[in-house]
Amino acid sequence: MSESVTETDGSPPSVPGARAPDRRRDVEAAGLRIAVYEWGSADAPPILFAHGGFDFARTYDAFAPIVADAGWRVVSWDQRGHGDSEHAALYNWDADARDALAVLDTIGRAPIPFLGHSKGGSVLMHLADACPHRVSKLVNIDGLPSRQRHPDVAEHERSKLLASELAGWLDHRRRAAGKQRRAADSIDDLAERRGRMNPRLSFEWLRYLASIGARRDADGWRWKLDPTLRFGGFGPWRPEWALQRLPALSVPMLGFLASVTEPMGWDTTEEILEPYRPAHAEFHTLADTGHFIHIERPRDVAERVLEFLAA
Amino acid sequence: MNAPNPTIWLRHSKVTLALHPLRTARDAGARPLVLLHGRGEATPAQTPGFSEPWPGAILGLDFTGHGASTIPRGGGYTAELLMADADAALAHLGPSTLLGRGLGAYVALLLAGARPALVRGAILCDGPGLAGGGPRPTTPSIPWPAERADGRAPDPFALVDLARDVRPPDYATSFVRQATQLSGLDRPFSVCSFERPDWLAAVCEEPGVAVAPIHEALAEYARVE
Repeated sequence: MSESVTETDGSPPSVPGARAPDRRRDVEAAGLRIAVYEWGSADAPPILFAHGGFDFARTYDAFAPIVADAGWRVVSWDQRGHGDSEHAALYNWDADARDALAVLDTIGRAPIPFLGHSKGGSVLMHLADACPHRVSKLVNIDGLPSRQRHPDVAEHERSKLLASELAGWLDHRRRAAGKQRRAADSIDDLAERRGRMNPRLSFEWLRYLASIGARRDADGWRWKLDPTLRFGGFGPWRPEWALQRLPALSVPMLGFLASVTEPMGWDTTEEILEPYRPAHAEFHTLADTGHFIHIERPRDVAERVLEFLAA
Repeated sequence: MNAPNPTIWLRHSKVTLALHPLRTARDAGARPLVLLHGRGEATPAQTPGFSEPWPGAILGLDFTGHGASTIPRGGGYTAELLMADADAALAHLGPSTLLGRGLGAYVALLLAGARPALVRGAILCDGPGLAGGGPRPTTPSIPWPAERADGRAPDPFALVDLARDVRPPDYATSFVRQATQLSGLDRPFSVCSFERPDWLAAVCEEPGVAVAPIHEALAEYARVE
Protein backbone atom coordinates (compact mmCIF):
# COMPACT_ATOMS: atom_id res chain seq x y z
CA MET A 1 0.00 0.00 0.00
CA SER A 2 1.20 3.54 -0.72
CA GLU A 3 -0.43 6.85 0.00
CA SER A 4 -0.01 10.49 -0.78
CA VAL A 5 -1.56 13.36 1.13
CA THR A 6 -3.08 16.56 -0.26
CA GLU A 7 -5.17 19.26 1.35
CA THR A 8 -8.75 19.58 0.08
CA ASP A 9 -9.81 22.93 -1.31
CA GLY A 10 -13.30 22.83 0.30
CA SER A 11 -15.08 25.24 -2.06
CA PRO A 12 -18.43 23.71 -3.13
CA PRO A 13 -21.74 25.57 -2.72
CA SER A 14 -22.58 25.35 0.94
CA VAL A 15 -25.61 24.02 2.80
CA PRO A 16 -26.10 24.66 6.50
CA GLY A 17 -24.15 22.17 8.62
CA ALA A 18 -22.29 20.54 5.72
CA ARG A 19 -18.51 20.69 5.79
CA ALA A 20 -15.85 19.43 3.40
CA PRO A 21 -13.36 16.92 4.81
CA ASP A 22 -10.30 18.32 6.57
CA ARG A 23 -7.90 16.02 4.73
CA ARG A 24 -7.88 14.05 1.48
CA ARG A 25 -5.36 11.35 0.48
CA ASP A 26 -5.02 8.45 -1.92
CA VAL A 27 -4.56 4.81 -0.99
CA GLU A 28 -3.51 2.10 -3.42
CA ALA A 29 -5.74 -0.95 -3.08
CA ALA A 30 -4.93 -4.02 -5.20
CA GLY A 31 -3.39 -1.67 -7.79
CA LEU A 32 -6.32 0.79 -7.89
CA ARG A 33 -6.26 4.37 -6.64
CA ILE A 34 -8.80 4.89 -3.87
CA ALA A 35 -9.72 8.41 -2.63
CA VAL A 36 -9.76 8.70 1.17
CA TYR A 37 -11.23 11.56 3.25
CA GLU A 38 -10.91 12.56 6.88
CA TRP A 39 -12.87 14.87 9.14
CA GLY A 40 -11.64 15.90 12.60
CA SER A 41 -8.29 15.99 14.35
CA ALA A 42 -5.66 13.58 13.00
CA ASP A 43 -4.86 12.67 16.63
CA ALA A 44 -8.42 11.82 17.64
CA PRO A 45 -9.58 8.19 17.95
CA PRO A 46 -10.48 6.89 14.47
CA ILE A 47 -13.82 5.57 13.16
CA LEU A 48 -14.31 4.10 9.67
CA PHE A 49 -17.33 5.23 7.59
CA ALA A 50 -18.52 3.48 4.40
CA HIS A 51 -20.98 5.04 1.93
CA GLY A 52 -23.78 3.31 0.06
CA GLY A 53 -23.82 2.07 -3.53
CA PHE A 54 -24.07 4.83 -6.19
CA ASP A 55 -23.04 7.38 -3.50
CA PHE A 56 -19.62 8.65 -2.48
CA ALA A 57 -17.80 9.46 0.77
CA ARG A 58 -18.80 13.10 0.82
CA THR A 59 -22.46 12.19 1.15
CA TYR A 60 -21.26 12.23 4.80
CA ASP A 61 -20.50 15.98 4.61
CA ALA A 62 -23.49 16.77 6.87
CA PHE A 63 -23.19 13.85 9.29
CA ALA A 64 -19.43 13.29 9.67
CA PRO A 65 -18.61 16.82 10.96
CA ILE A 66 -20.97 16.32 13.93
CA VAL A 67 -19.14 13.12 14.88
CA ALA A 68 -15.74 14.75 14.23
CA ASP A 69 -16.63 17.78 16.38
CA ALA A 70 -17.46 15.39 19.23
CA GLY A 71 -13.83 14.22 19.23
CA TRP A 72 -13.52 11.57 16.53
CA ARG A 73 -11.27 11.21 13.47
CA VAL A 74 -13.74 10.11 10.78
CA VAL A 75 -12.09 8.23 7.89
CA SER A 76 -14.05 7.34 4.76
CA TRP A 77 -13.32 6.46 1.14
CA ASP A 78 -14.93 6.52 -2.29
CA GLN A 79 -15.56 2.90 -3.25
CA ARG A 80 -14.01 1.78 -6.55
CA GLY A 81 -15.90 3.29 -9.48
CA HIS A 82 -17.51 5.90 -7.21
CA GLY A 83 -16.65 9.57 -6.55
CA ASP A 84 -12.97 10.38 -7.07
CA SER A 85 -11.68 6.79 -6.84
CA GLU A 86 -10.47 5.04 -9.94
CA HIS A 87 -12.96 3.21 -12.17
CA ALA A 88 -12.17 -0.50 -12.17
CA ALA A 89 -12.61 -3.00 -14.98
CA LEU A 90 -14.30 -5.39 -12.56
CA TYR A 91 -16.51 -5.07 -9.49
CA ASN A 92 -17.52 -7.64 -6.90
CA TRP A 93 -18.03 -8.09 -3.21
CA ASP A 94 -14.56 -9.45 -2.46
CA ALA A 95 -12.96 -6.52 -4.29
CA ASP A 96 -14.95 -4.00 -2.23
CA ALA A 97 -13.94 -5.83 0.96
CA ARG A 98 -10.24 -5.81 -0.09
CA ASP A 99 -10.46 -2.06 -0.79
CA ALA A 100 -12.05 -1.49 2.64
CA LEU A 101 -9.26 -3.43 4.33
CA ALA A 102 -6.61 -1.47 2.40
CA VAL A 103 -8.10 1.77 3.77
CA LEU A 104 -8.37 0.32 7.28
CA ASP A 105 -4.72 -0.77 7.10
CA THR A 106 -3.69 2.90 6.71
CA ILE A 107 -5.39 3.72 10.04
CA GLY A 108 -3.77 1.01 12.15
CA ARG A 109 -4.10 -2.55 13.42
CA ALA A 110 -6.01 -1.78 16.62
CA PRO A 111 -9.77 -2.47 16.53
CA ILE A 112 -11.89 0.64 15.77
CA PRO A 113 -15.62 1.34 15.31
CA PHE A 114 -17.16 0.89 11.83
CA LEU A 115 -20.19 2.81 10.51
CA GLY A 116 -21.79 2.11 7.15
CA HIS A 117 -24.87 3.16 5.21
CA SER A 118 -26.76 0.79 2.91
CA LYS A 119 -24.27 -1.27 0.84
CA GLY A 120 -21.46 0.31 2.91
CA GLY A 121 -23.06 -1.12 6.05
CA SER A 122 -23.19 -4.51 4.44
CA VAL A 123 -19.53 -4.37 3.31
CA LEU A 124 -18.44 -3.40 6.84
CA MET A 125 -20.52 -6.19 8.40
CA HIS A 126 -18.72 -8.61 6.11
CA LEU A 127 -15.36 -7.07 7.09
CA ALA A 128 -16.30 -7.36 10.77
CA ASP A 129 -17.18 -11.01 10.23
CA ALA A 130 -13.97 -11.72 8.30
CA CYS A 131 -11.67 -9.69 10.62
CA PRO A 132 -13.27 -9.57 14.08
CA HIS A 133 -9.95 -8.42 15.54
CA ARG A 134 -10.14 -5.14 13.59
CA VAL A 135 -13.55 -3.88 14.77
CA SER A 136 -14.67 -2.62 18.19
CA LYS A 137 -18.27 -1.52 17.50
CA LEU A 138 -20.57 -1.61 14.51
CA VAL A 139 -23.13 0.98 13.37
CA ASN A 140 -25.37 0.09 10.44
CA ILE A 141 -27.66 2.63 8.78
CA ASP A 142 -30.34 0.87 6.69
CA GLY A 143 -27.87 -1.68 5.36
CA LEU A 144 -29.06 -4.66 7.39
CA PRO A 145 -29.93 -7.74 5.39
CA SER A 146 -33.45 -8.49 4.25
CA ARG A 147 -35.09 -11.13 2.11
CA GLN A 148 -35.67 -9.65 -1.33
CA ARG A 149 -37.26 -12.59 -3.10
CA HIS A 150 -40.32 -13.15 -5.25
CA PRO A 151 -42.13 -15.96 -3.43
CA ASP A 152 -45.37 -15.11 -5.23
CA VAL A 153 -43.97 -15.64 -8.74
CA ALA A 154 -44.72 -19.05 -10.24
CA GLU A 155 -41.77 -21.11 -11.46
CA HIS A 156 -42.60 -21.00 -15.17
CA GLU A 157 -42.99 -17.23 -15.02
CA ARG A 158 -39.93 -16.86 -12.88
CA SER A 159 -37.88 -18.46 -15.65
CA LYS A 160 -39.02 -15.81 -18.13
CA LEU A 161 -38.38 -13.08 -15.60
CA LEU A 162 -34.84 -14.34 -15.11
CA ALA A 163 -34.41 -14.63 -18.90
CA SER A 164 -35.27 -10.97 -19.44
CA GLU A 165 -33.06 -9.89 -16.52
CA LEU A 166 -30.14 -11.88 -17.92
CA ALA A 167 -30.59 -10.69 -21.50
CA GLY A 168 -30.95 -7.12 -20.26
CA TRP A 169 -27.72 -7.35 -18.31
CA LEU A 170 -25.81 -8.95 -21.19
CA ASP A 171 -27.14 -6.28 -23.58
CA HIS A 172 -25.89 -3.66 -21.12
CA ARG A 173 -22.44 -5.33 -21.11
CA ARG A 174 -22.41 -5.33 -24.94
CA ARG A 175 -23.00 -1.59 -24.92
CA ALA A 176 -20.65 -0.85 -22.02
CA ALA A 177 -17.49 -0.04 -24.05
CA GLY A 178 -17.19 3.71 -24.33
CA LYS A 179 -20.52 4.17 -22.55
CA GLN A 180 -21.10 7.48 -20.79
CA ARG A 181 -23.69 8.62 -18.32
CA ARG A 182 -26.26 11.00 -19.79
CA ALA A 183 -25.03 14.58 -19.59
CA ALA A 184 -27.13 17.20 -17.82
CA ASP A 185 -27.23 20.88 -18.79
CA SER A 186 -26.52 22.05 -15.29
CA ILE A 187 -25.92 21.01 -11.70
CA ASP A 188 -29.59 21.84 -11.06
CA ASP A 189 -30.72 19.36 -13.75
CA LEU A 190 -28.51 16.66 -12.28
CA ALA A 191 -29.88 17.35 -8.80
CA GLU A 192 -33.43 17.17 -10.11
CA ARG A 193 -32.73 13.80 -11.75
CA ARG A 194 -31.22 12.46 -8.54
CA GLY A 195 -34.28 13.70 -6.68
CA ARG A 196 -36.38 11.07 -8.48
CA MET A 197 -34.35 8.34 -6.74
CA ASN A 198 -34.08 10.29 -3.46
CA PRO A 199 -37.49 11.96 -3.26
CA ARG A 200 -37.16 12.84 0.43
CA LEU A 201 -33.91 14.81 0.21
CA SER A 202 -34.03 18.59 -0.24
CA PHE A 203 -33.16 20.10 -3.59
CA GLU A 204 -30.58 22.26 -1.83
CA TRP A 205 -28.81 19.14 -0.52
CA LEU A 206 -28.99 17.29 -3.86
CA ARG A 207 -27.54 20.35 -5.57
CA TYR A 208 -24.70 20.35 -3.05
CA LEU A 209 -24.06 16.64 -3.66
CA ALA A 210 -24.13 17.11 -7.43
CA SER A 211 -21.56 19.89 -7.19
CA ILE A 212 -19.16 17.40 -5.56
CA GLY A 213 -20.15 14.11 -7.19
CA ALA A 214 -20.33 15.38 -10.77
CA ARG A 215 -17.78 16.71 -13.23
CA ARG A 216 -18.15 19.13 -16.10
CA ASP A 217 -17.51 17.71 -19.57
CA ALA A 218 -17.63 19.61 -22.88
CA ASP A 219 -21.27 18.53 -23.41
CA GLY A 220 -22.55 19.02 -19.88
CA TRP A 221 -22.47 17.71 -16.28
CA ARG A 222 -22.13 14.02 -15.40
CA TRP A 223 -21.87 12.04 -12.17
CA LYS A 224 -18.30 10.76 -11.72
CA LEU A 225 -19.72 7.28 -11.08
CA ASP A 226 -18.49 4.56 -13.46
CA PRO A 227 -21.18 4.34 -16.17
CA THR A 228 -20.79 0.56 -16.38
CA LEU A 229 -22.24 0.20 -12.85
CA ARG A 230 -25.90 -0.72 -12.98
CA PHE A 231 -28.75 -1.07 -10.53
CA GLY A 232 -30.26 -4.46 -9.77
CA GLY A 233 -28.89 -7.53 -11.47
CA PHE A 234 -28.67 -11.17 -10.56
CA GLY A 235 -26.26 -13.70 -9.17
CA PRO A 236 -26.01 -16.62 -6.80
CA TRP A 237 -25.93 -14.57 -3.58
CA ARG A 238 -28.93 -14.87 -1.25
CA PRO A 239 -29.83 -12.17 1.24
CA GLU A 240 -30.70 -14.78 3.86
CA TRP A 241 -27.06 -15.89 3.98
CA ALA A 242 -26.15 -12.44 5.33
CA LEU A 243 -29.10 -12.65 7.76
CA GLN A 244 -27.86 -16.00 9.06
CA ARG A 245 -24.44 -14.50 9.77
CA LEU A 246 -25.88 -11.70 11.88
CA PRO A 247 -25.95 -13.64 15.19
CA ALA A 248 -22.24 -14.41 14.80
CA LEU A 249 -21.26 -10.77 15.36
CA SER A 250 -19.64 -10.43 18.74
CA VAL A 251 -19.11 -6.66 18.98
CA PRO A 252 -21.80 -4.23 20.15
CA MET A 253 -24.02 -3.20 17.27
CA LEU A 254 -26.35 -0.27 16.65
CA GLY A 255 -28.73 -0.49 13.69
CA PHE A 256 -30.97 2.19 12.19
CA LEU A 257 -33.93 1.26 10.01
CA ALA A 258 -36.11 3.37 7.74
CA SER A 259 -39.90 3.44 8.05
CA VAL A 260 -40.67 4.89 4.61
CA THR A 261 -40.15 2.76 1.48
CA GLU A 262 -37.93 4.37 -1.16
CA PRO A 263 -36.48 3.30 -4.56
CA MET A 264 -32.99 2.79 -3.08
CA GLY A 265 -34.21 1.42 0.27
CA TRP A 266 -33.69 -2.06 1.65
CA ASP A 267 -37.08 -2.49 3.35
CA THR A 268 -35.55 -4.32 6.29
CA THR A 269 -37.76 -4.37 9.40
CA GLU A 270 -37.14 -5.20 13.05
CA GLU A 271 -39.51 -8.19 12.65
CA ILE A 272 -37.25 -9.66 9.95
CA LEU A 273 -34.14 -9.11 12.08
CA GLU A 274 -35.51 -10.21 15.44
CA PRO A 275 -34.74 -13.96 15.19
CA TYR A 276 -31.17 -13.17 14.12
CA ARG A 277 -30.47 -10.36 16.61
CA PRO A 278 -26.88 -10.60 17.93
CA ALA A 279 -26.39 -10.55 21.72
CA HIS A 280 -25.24 -6.93 21.92
CA ALA A 281 -27.40 -5.30 19.27
CA GLU A 282 -29.99 -2.56 19.38
CA PHE A 283 -32.11 -1.57 16.40
CA HIS A 284 -34.01 1.70 15.97
CA THR A 285 -36.71 2.32 13.40
CA LEU A 286 -37.07 6.05 12.81
CA ALA A 287 -40.59 7.33 12.21
CA ASP A 288 -41.26 9.22 8.98
CA THR A 289 -37.73 8.56 7.72
CA GLY A 290 -36.54 7.15 4.40
CA HIS A 291 -33.39 5.26 3.37
CA PHE A 292 -30.95 8.18 3.88
CA ILE A 293 -31.53 8.29 7.62
CA HIS A 294 -28.31 10.14 8.50
CA ILE A 295 -28.95 12.76 5.82
CA GLU A 296 -32.58 13.30 6.82
CA ARG A 297 -31.79 13.36 10.55
CA PRO A 298 -28.06 13.98 11.03
CA ARG A 299 -28.39 15.34 14.60
CA ASP A 300 -30.67 12.55 15.89
CA VAL A 301 -28.53 9.81 14.38
CA ALA A 302 -25.25 11.40 15.53
CA GLU A 303 -26.57 11.79 19.07
CA ARG A 304 -27.42 8.08 19.32
CA VAL A 305 -24.16 7.06 17.63
CA LEU A 306 -22.05 9.18 19.99
CA GLU A 307 -23.86 7.76 23.00
CA PHE A 308 -23.30 4.23 21.66
CA LEU A 309 -19.59 4.92 21.02
CA ALA A 310 -19.15 6.40 24.50
CA ALA A 311 -20.86 3.49 26.30
CA MET B 1 -4.33 -26.70 -44.73
CA ASN B 2 -6.92 -25.03 -42.55
CA ALA B 3 -4.48 -22.23 -41.68
CA PRO B 4 -5.98 -20.26 -38.79
CA ASN B 5 -6.76 -16.57 -39.19
CA PRO B 6 -5.16 -14.00 -36.92
CA THR B 7 -6.55 -13.42 -33.44
CA ILE B 8 -9.87 -11.55 -33.29
CA TRP B 9 -9.85 -8.76 -30.70
CA LEU B 10 -13.19 -8.08 -29.02
CA ARG B 11 -14.07 -5.18 -26.75
CA HIS B 12 -15.95 -6.01 -23.53
CA SER B 13 -16.37 -2.81 -21.53
CA LYS B 14 -12.82 -1.83 -20.43
CA VAL B 15 -11.30 -5.18 -21.41
CA THR B 16 -9.99 -6.44 -24.76
CA LEU B 17 -10.62 -10.14 -25.28
CA ALA B 18 -8.65 -12.48 -27.54
CA LEU B 19 -10.75 -14.84 -29.64
CA HIS B 20 -8.39 -17.29 -31.35
CA PRO B 21 -9.47 -19.00 -34.58
CA LEU B 22 -7.95 -22.49 -34.32
CA ARG B 23 -9.37 -24.08 -37.44
CA THR B 24 -11.50 -22.87 -40.35
CA ALA B 25 -14.89 -24.42 -41.22
CA ARG B 26 -14.94 -27.61 -43.28
CA ASP B 27 -18.55 -27.00 -44.37
CA ALA B 28 -19.36 -23.43 -45.29
CA GLY B 29 -22.35 -22.39 -43.23
CA ALA B 30 -21.71 -24.89 -40.42
CA ARG B 31 -21.92 -23.41 -36.95
CA PRO B 32 -18.75 -22.48 -35.02
CA LEU B 33 -17.56 -24.37 -31.95
CA VAL B 34 -16.20 -22.10 -29.22
CA LEU B 35 -13.80 -23.53 -26.62
CA LEU B 36 -13.94 -21.99 -23.14
CA HIS B 37 -10.87 -22.75 -21.03
CA GLY B 38 -10.64 -23.54 -17.32
CA ARG B 39 -9.54 -21.37 -14.38
CA GLY B 40 -5.93 -20.24 -14.89
CA GLU B 41 -5.73 -21.74 -18.38
CA ALA B 42 -5.78 -20.16 -21.85
CA THR B 43 -6.94 -21.23 -25.31
CA PRO B 44 -4.78 -24.15 -26.51
CA ALA B 45 -2.42 -23.60 -29.45
CA GLN B 46 -4.08 -26.39 -31.43
CA THR B 47 -7.53 -27.90 -31.67
CA PRO B 48 -7.98 -30.81 -29.29
CA GLY B 49 -8.14 -34.19 -31.07
CA PHE B 50 -11.75 -34.89 -30.09
CA SER B 51 -12.97 -31.80 -31.99
CA GLU B 52 -11.58 -33.09 -35.33
CA PRO B 53 -15.00 -34.18 -36.78
CA TRP B 54 -16.67 -30.80 -36.04
CA PRO B 55 -17.87 -29.37 -39.39
CA GLY B 56 -17.73 -25.67 -38.52
CA ALA B 57 -14.92 -23.33 -37.52
CA ILE B 58 -13.25 -23.94 -34.15
CA LEU B 59 -12.26 -20.97 -32.01
CA GLY B 60 -11.11 -20.43 -28.43
CA LEU B 61 -11.82 -17.43 -26.19
CA ASP B 62 -9.37 -16.19 -23.56
CA PHE B 63 -11.37 -14.93 -20.57
CA THR B 64 -10.59 -11.60 -18.87
CA GLY B 65 -7.30 -11.93 -16.96
CA HIS B 66 -6.27 -15.03 -18.93
CA GLY B 67 -4.19 -15.78 -22.04
CA ALA B 68 -3.81 -12.82 -24.38
CA SER B 69 -6.83 -10.91 -23.00
CA THR B 70 -6.46 -7.81 -20.82
CA ILE B 71 -5.17 -8.30 -17.27
CA PRO B 72 -7.15 -5.61 -15.42
CA ARG B 73 -5.93 -4.05 -12.16
CA GLY B 74 -7.71 -4.67 -8.87
CA GLY B 75 -9.46 -8.04 -9.31
CA GLY B 76 -13.23 -8.39 -8.82
CA TYR B 77 -13.92 -11.44 -11.00
CA THR B 78 -17.23 -13.28 -11.11
CA ALA B 79 -18.44 -16.17 -13.26
CA GLU B 80 -21.23 -13.86 -14.45
CA LEU B 81 -18.62 -11.41 -15.77
CA LEU B 82 -16.96 -14.24 -17.71
CA MET B 83 -20.39 -15.16 -19.07
CA ALA B 84 -20.49 -11.63 -20.55
CA ASP B 85 -16.98 -12.27 -21.99
CA ALA B 86 -18.35 -15.32 -23.79
CA ASP B 87 -21.41 -13.32 -24.87
CA ALA B 88 -19.02 -10.87 -26.58
CA ALA B 89 -17.77 -13.83 -28.66
CA LEU B 90 -21.35 -14.74 -29.60
CA ALA B 91 -22.05 -11.11 -30.54
CA HIS B 92 -19.22 -11.51 -33.07
CA LEU B 93 -19.87 -15.08 -34.23
CA GLY B 94 -23.64 -15.50 -34.01
CA PRO B 95 -25.17 -18.85 -32.98
CA SER B 96 -22.44 -21.22 -31.74
CA THR B 97 -21.91 -24.42 -29.83
CA LEU B 98 -19.92 -24.04 -26.59
CA LEU B 99 -17.47 -26.53 -25.14
CA GLY B 100 -16.18 -25.59 -21.70
CA ARG B 101 -13.54 -27.03 -19.42
CA GLY B 102 -13.90 -26.59 -15.66
CA LEU B 103 -14.70 -22.92 -15.01
CA GLY B 104 -15.46 -22.64 -18.75
CA ALA B 105 -18.07 -25.39 -18.39
CA TYR B 106 -19.88 -23.39 -15.68
CA VAL B 107 -19.70 -20.26 -17.86
CA ALA B 108 -21.11 -22.24 -20.82
CA LEU B 109 -24.01 -23.33 -18.62
CA LEU B 110 -24.77 -19.75 -17.57
CA LEU B 111 -24.61 -18.40 -21.11
CA ALA B 112 -26.76 -21.22 -22.53
CA GLY B 113 -29.47 -20.16 -20.06
CA ALA B 114 -29.02 -16.45 -20.70
CA ARG B 115 -28.80 -16.60 -24.52
CA PRO B 116 -30.91 -19.66 -25.39
CA ALA B 117 -31.27 -18.64 -29.05
CA LEU B 118 -27.53 -18.15 -29.58
CA VAL B 119 -26.06 -21.12 -27.69
CA ARG B 120 -26.78 -24.23 -29.75
CA GLY B 121 -25.62 -26.85 -27.29
CA ALA B 122 -23.27 -26.55 -24.31
CA ILE B 123 -20.77 -29.33 -23.60
CA LEU B 124 -19.51 -29.43 -20.03
CA CYS B 125 -16.13 -31.12 -19.46
CA ASP B 126 -13.65 -31.70 -16.67
CA GLY B 127 -11.09 -28.96 -16.10
CA PRO B 128 -9.69 -26.55 -13.51
CA GLY B 129 -12.26 -24.56 -11.57
CA LEU B 130 -15.26 -26.87 -12.10
CA ALA B 131 -16.35 -26.72 -8.45
CA GLY B 132 -15.89 -22.98 -7.87
CA GLY B 133 -16.41 -21.99 -4.23
CA GLY B 134 -18.97 -24.72 -3.56
CA PRO B 135 -22.74 -24.58 -3.05
CA ARG B 136 -22.75 -22.16 -0.08
CA PRO B 137 -20.56 -19.36 1.23
CA THR B 138 -17.77 -20.59 3.48
CA THR B 139 -16.03 -18.79 6.35
CA PRO B 140 -15.96 -15.05 5.61
CA SER B 141 -12.45 -13.90 4.78
CA ILE B 142 -10.70 -11.23 2.74
CA PRO B 143 -9.04 -13.21 -0.06
CA TRP B 144 -5.61 -12.16 -1.26
CA PRO B 145 -3.68 -13.76 -4.14
CA ALA B 146 -0.81 -16.10 -3.37
CA GLU B 147 1.24 -14.64 -6.26
CA ARG B 148 2.13 -11.03 -6.98
CA ALA B 149 0.04 -9.36 -9.71
CA ASP B 150 2.67 -8.31 -12.28
CA GLY B 151 0.50 -7.92 -15.37
CA ARG B 152 1.15 -11.43 -16.66
CA ALA B 153 -1.55 -14.03 -17.30
CA PRO B 154 -3.22 -15.58 -15.51
CA ASP B 155 -4.13 -12.73 -13.18
CA PRO B 156 -3.55 -13.92 -9.58
CA PHE B 157 -6.76 -12.10 -8.60
CA ALA B 158 -8.67 -14.21 -11.14
CA LEU B 159 -7.24 -17.34 -9.55
CA VAL B 160 -8.37 -16.33 -6.06
CA ASP B 161 -11.74 -14.77 -6.95
CA LEU B 162 -12.79 -17.61 -9.25
CA ALA B 163 -12.02 -20.26 -6.65
CA ARG B 164 -14.55 -18.63 -4.32
CA ASP B 165 -17.64 -17.88 -6.41
CA VAL B 166 -20.61 -19.62 -4.83
CA ARG B 167 -22.52 -22.03 -7.11
CA PRO B 168 -25.81 -23.10 -5.51
CA PRO B 169 -27.33 -26.11 -7.30
CA ASP B 170 -30.72 -24.42 -7.73
CA TYR B 171 -29.04 -21.36 -9.25
CA ALA B 172 -27.34 -23.62 -11.82
CA THR B 173 -30.55 -25.52 -12.59
CA SER B 174 -32.47 -22.27 -13.17
CA PHE B 175 -30.15 -21.70 -16.15
CA VAL B 176 -30.77 -25.26 -17.37
CA ARG B 177 -34.53 -24.70 -17.24
CA GLN B 178 -34.29 -21.51 -19.23
CA ALA B 179 -32.24 -23.15 -21.95
CA THR B 180 -34.58 -26.14 -22.02
CA GLN B 181 -37.68 -23.96 -22.24
CA LEU B 182 -36.39 -21.29 -24.59
CA SER B 183 -33.72 -22.82 -26.86
CA GLY B 184 -35.96 -25.18 -28.81
CA LEU B 185 -33.31 -27.90 -28.35
CA ASP B 186 -34.27 -31.27 -26.87
CA ARG B 187 -31.01 -31.55 -24.99
CA PRO B 188 -29.26 -28.17 -24.75
CA PHE B 189 -26.63 -29.60 -22.35
CA SER B 190 -24.24 -32.53 -22.51
CA VAL B 191 -22.25 -33.38 -19.42
CA CYS B 192 -18.97 -35.19 -20.18
CA SER B 193 -17.15 -34.71 -16.88
CA PHE B 194 -16.19 -37.27 -14.26
CA GLU B 195 -16.03 -34.65 -11.51
CA ARG B 196 -19.52 -33.74 -10.32
CA PRO B 197 -19.56 -30.85 -7.86
CA ASP B 198 -22.97 -30.19 -6.28
CA TRP B 199 -24.13 -27.76 -8.97
CA LEU B 200 -23.27 -30.20 -11.75
CA ALA B 201 -24.80 -33.21 -10.00
CA ALA B 202 -28.06 -31.22 -9.79
CA VAL B 203 -27.77 -30.21 -13.45
CA CYS B 204 -27.44 -33.89 -14.46
CA GLU B 205 -30.84 -34.61 -12.85
CA GLU B 206 -32.66 -32.03 -15.00
CA PRO B 207 -34.66 -32.80 -18.15
CA GLY B 208 -32.75 -31.57 -21.21
CA VAL B 209 -29.36 -32.68 -19.92
CA ALA B 210 -27.57 -35.62 -21.55
CA VAL B 211 -24.71 -37.44 -19.92
CA ALA B 212 -22.58 -38.51 -22.87
CA PRO B 213 -18.99 -38.75 -24.10
CA ILE B 214 -17.61 -35.69 -25.93
CA HIS B 215 -17.69 -37.24 -29.42
CA GLU B 216 -21.40 -38.07 -29.09
CA ALA B 217 -22.20 -34.59 -27.81
CA LEU B 218 -20.32 -32.98 -30.69
CA ALA B 219 -22.04 -35.25 -33.22
CA GLU B 220 -25.47 -34.36 -31.81
CA TYR B 221 -24.89 -30.58 -31.81
CA ALA B 222 -23.37 -30.71 -35.31
CA ARG B 223 -26.78 -32.02 -36.48
CA VAL B 224 -29.16 -29.65 -34.68
CA GLU B 225 -30.46 -26.40 -36.16
